[in-house]
Amino acid sequence: MISATLRRCGVRLAVAAALSLYLGGARADELKVTIDNFTFAPAELKVKVGDTVTWSNHDDIPHTVVSAGKFRSKALDTDDTFSFTFTTAGEYPFFCSLHPHMTGTIKVE
Amino acid sequence: MSAHDHDNHGPIDPETGLTRRKVLECMTWAGTGILWTVSGGVPRSLGLVGSALAAEPTGMTFLQISDSHVGFDKPANPNALGTLEEAIARIKAMPAKPSFMIHTGDISHLSKASEFDDAERIISQAKLDVHYVPGEHDFLDEEIKFYKDRYGKGTRGAGYYSFDANGVHFIGLVNVVDLKAGGLGNLGAEQLEWLEQDLKGRSKSTPIVVFAHIPLWTVYPEWGWGTEDGARALEYLKGFGSVTVLNGHIHQVMQKVEGNVTFHTARSTAFPQPAPGTAPSPGPMKVADDRLRSMLGIASVNFKRGDERLAIIDTPLQG
Repeated sequence: MISATLRRCGVRLAVAAALSLYLGGARADELKVTIDNFTFAPAELKVKVGDTVTWSNHDDIPHTVVSAGKFRSKALDTDDTFSFTFTTAGEYPFFCSLHPHMTGTIKVE
Repeated sequence: MSAHDHDNHGPIDPETGLTRRKVLECMTWAGTGILWTVSGGVPRSLGLVGSALAAEPTGMTFLQISDSHVGFDKPANPNALGTLEEAIARIKAMPAKPSFMIHTGDISHLSKASEFDDAERIISQAKLDVHYVPGEHDFLDEEIKFYKDRYGKGTRGAGYYSFDANGVHFIGLVNVVDLKAGGLGNLGAEQLEWLEQDLKGRSKSTPIVVFAHIPLWTVYPEWGWGTEDGARALEYLKGFGSVTVLNGHIHQVMQKVEGNVTFHTARSTAFPQPAPGTAPSPGPMKVADDRLRSMLGIASVNFKRGDERLAIIDTPLQG
């Protein structure tokens, strides 16, 4: 159920992203953070207020996406995704609570 | 594995000049080699394979299994439940029944109730008392209650506790909760305080066995293989004549002796992970099907009164 919900969110985002691409935006690729080999990529991502970022886990091991006091994903199994919409400007450092050496930052302008 | 099977080595790695297969063989061999020096003269035939059981261990023997990852079904081992079953079958076949078993965490892969149920169904077949500590994979359910409901009885905090057996003091610690960004495993102030109290007033001649999921010593911080405040725990253990630290998490045998403390990590029963720094990440390592079981296994620990150290014998599922 959880992953289905997450996937649905992912699909919705993909549609939104495709739409913005169609309208001349080129942000579709910029709003994704992928997890491969226990690494968030990109490690730092700049977005605008109102943007939604989607993390997707491509590893064989579950990971989480946690920003203390801001957002916390459930454990993401292989190919699961998590999305969060940023409504306030600022810096959002995040990490994997299972493998805390995995860190990244979203900068919201 | 067959150490003599050197045919068909596969492509040669341009950097090391070794084939991948050769590197893996050396790695396995090195792991075994280290163990020999620590097993303190206890012959390998005391292990679980059971060929030529020359002598029965005279002291207390207990077993360590780790990282069962029940529910894992990716290419590195599509049937983690099956290999756990093989490990338990080996334990059942032991001619001398061990006193009990410890499991150093990651019982399940995703903390699903069905995974814990499957693990219990298989592990209970060994008909041994099992003392568990959780791995990070055991706390993934939404309410974080499945592990505690099943294994947390009589424990404190997230599941730490101690007990005595045959004159040895056993301490099960939890270092997989409240991990901090950029950090390693974590025990936390409350647990450390409990540990200090638990050890206070205890005779320094009492052999101590500490077990926890993530290595208590720093194996490889780049991959998070260590415990942030592990040194504080070790501080409390100073002065004890014999301290053995048993961990899992890294899915390979690693050993270190420092003064009175022997550190040891056990193999997984599910899938191997690469040696530190030898791969882009610590993720599951896919090896040839016929090699998998040589990289999975269990550990047997023998304690004989008067011996300086506990003898640890690692036995792969095969080879």
